[in-house]
Amino acid sequence: MSGTPSAADGRDRTPVPDADVCVVGAGPAGALVANRLAADHEVVVLDAGPRFDPEDRLNRQERAIRPAYDRPDVWEMGGPRDAHAASGEWFYPLNHARVKGVGGSTLHWQGMVMRLHEADFSSGTERGVGPDWPLDYADLRPYYAEAERAFGVSGADDNPFGPPREAPFPNPAFPPSHSDSLFAEACEELDIATHSVPNARNSEPYDGRGECVGYGTCQPVCPSGAKYDATVHVESAESAGATVIDRARVTELAHGPDRIEAAVYVAPDGTEHRQTADAFVLAAGGVEIPRLLLLSASKLYPDGLANSSGAVGRYFTDHLFAGVGGVLEERTRQNHVGFVTTESHQFYDEADETVAPFKLEFLNYAGPSPVELAMTGDDWGDDLLGRLRESYGGHVAVGALVEQLPREDSYVGLDDERTDDLGNPVPDVHWTVGDRALRTIERSNEIQRDILAELGAEVTWTAGPDSTGPAYHHMGTTRMGEEPTESVVDPTLCTHDLENCWIASSSVFPTGGAVNPTLTIAALALRAADAVDEALSRSL
Amino acid sequence: MELSRRDAIGALAAIGVGTGAAAYAVDTGGDAATAPVETLVAVAEVVYPSELSGVEPFVETFAERRAAGDDDHARGVRAAVETMDDRAEAWYDAAFADLAAEDRDSLLREMGVDTAAEVPDGSTAERVRYYVVNDLLMALYASPTGGELVGLENPRGHPGGTDSYRRGPRQ
Repeated sequence: MSGTPSAADGRDRTPVPDADVCVVGAGPAGALVANRLAADHEVVVLDAGPRFDPEDRLNRQERAIRPAYDRPDVWEMGGPRDAHAASGEWFYPLNHARVKGVGGSTLHWQGMVMRLHEADFSSGTERGVGPDWPLDYADLRPYYAEAERAFGVSGADDNPFGPPREAPFPNPAFPPSHSDSLFAEACEELDIATHSVPNARNSEPYDGRGECVGYGTCQPVCPSGAKYDATVHVESAESAGATVIDRARVTELAHGPDRIEAAVYVAPDGTEHRQTADAFVLAAGGVEIPRLLLLSASKLYPDGLANSSGAVGRYFTDHLFAGVGGVLEERTRQNHVGFVTTESHQFYDEADETVAPFKLEFLNYAGPSPVELAMTGDDWGDDLLGRLRESYGGHVAVGALVEQLPREDSYVGLDDERTDDLGNPVPDVHWTVGDRALRTIERSNEIQRDILAELGAEVTWTAGPDSTGPAYHHMGTTRMGEEPTESVVDPTLCTHDLENCWIASSSVFPTGGAVNPTLTIAALALRAADAVDEALSRSL
Repeated sequence: MELSRRDAIGALAAIGVGTGAAAYAVDTGGDAATAPVETLVAVAEVVYPSELSGVEPFVETFAERRAAGDDDHARGVRAAVETMDDRAEAWYDAAFADLAAEDRDSLLREMGVDTAAEVPDGSTAERVRYYVVNDLLMALYASPTGGELVGLENPRGHPGGTDSYRRGPRQ
């Protein structure tokens, strides 16, 4: 354990002596790595953000509902610490897309957890575009199962298009919604198969956490704790002996030619510390990991640490949202819960060079939430109630998640013109989207419009190629591969350049597929932890 | 439709009052300020729909927790109410709660509260909108009865379980 307190809040933020493993980032990847290694190794986790008080979650929910607050306000994102740039032709709202703090972005995530399809691991071979992963579904399959148990995933083995499974989900799937039943009829007429959604929220009590109670604010905050977040495994890791230091902003990785020597971090009182360790695991997400490597440039690594390939920060991808919404003349019972219970992966594996994989999501929260709508407008009393009744009622919407191919001109770099409050260049998310993804959004919109037409809905909005946005999944910026000249990490998630540095993040994804990435992040994190454990056992 | 104590407790739970949340914890010490219940009820009678009954006990229960404590929010509510009373005295020669309902409605509109966005540290109208009008509207429409008025019995912010989303509309 570490020594004396070093900050005004009395918390000890001094380095842990004789640490075996230093994990940078206390999100899902860092938490799972720390938890897996803590029993047998001295583990320290550094996170740039605070340790949030669970008692404050209802107050955060109020911020999520009230119009006075923007999304980053819920988890205190923004300000000089989180300054960023977006120089690409597509603006990227970075602070809407992430949370810094113990639990990381799982504090505000939606919690949809699917396995990648088998063909996602070989996009180049199967679809003729993009790189293949250097591992395949079979390599990750046991880790996927373990990740599902860790998250307590509620799901059913009813997706005819999904990859093969070996065991039931830990919890039963959430049953379909009323609006799902309307969509199911329409989809049946169109020969589109629908199925349940694996959710990282408890449909039954699991792992000491209660079942979902239907607050409906899953994204950005679950007050009940039924939605999994990484504080679960941070606490578990701490129980096993790990040390978690919050508000420890890692600014540099001190290194020699082949190894990281220390993570240099700044505590809230401005004191700089050096956390040494035998092994380092970078788990700070697809933006801050490449930023940290680029900030750690040296004479040995003039273009950035672990960047002899030049791939650090390159190939930034996100998933794109496509959607069509409309109104039925009947009531569709939206906004009771904040999660999705029906999807279709029917078109996913039709992907080729010209059309990307995508999945359809049938929303349970189409249209405005009455309580939020009530706090806007210039009416009240009977007039307000009339407006709420008119606006709530028959909304329906079908969303889609679309893969974006990696491109060299889509990247995370450093903005040398602008610094954060510690004087370090801020991250520049230079986001560029190619024609294949845009064509796929059009294709998704066609199907979505067909479904709404079959339902008899009047279409009221479309999120198409001109109005799409990111799903806040940061991928590709330290890609995995066999070749040190083309990739940053090898299939064990260890960097090609440094023998004691692993990366656990969606930043290692060579391609993104079209499913939400966190289950794959978790599976890779568990795989990385095994690799670290093996390396430590060899007296690294 | 009648508001119940369950609605008030539900509304309080949705915003973290009565659940141990520090920011809105009730000050149980001897110096706890009195909630301006009468004025808040008078505002609720204007901004709530006329088909509701049980407004007074609902607002009393809500206000005693939300506006009586020694936290920033409760102080903000009391300060906003004080401003409203000052305006009522200056423009209508009576405290806000003593005005006829039409005059209460007019006063709020003359203050610009109807067109103001809620801002906790904003102008007078923005603060009244945030601490008084929208506090009351959130309490109502995040409650089961408020939600049912609109057509959903488990509104956002209310932990109403995972059954209602599966049910079809009532005929």
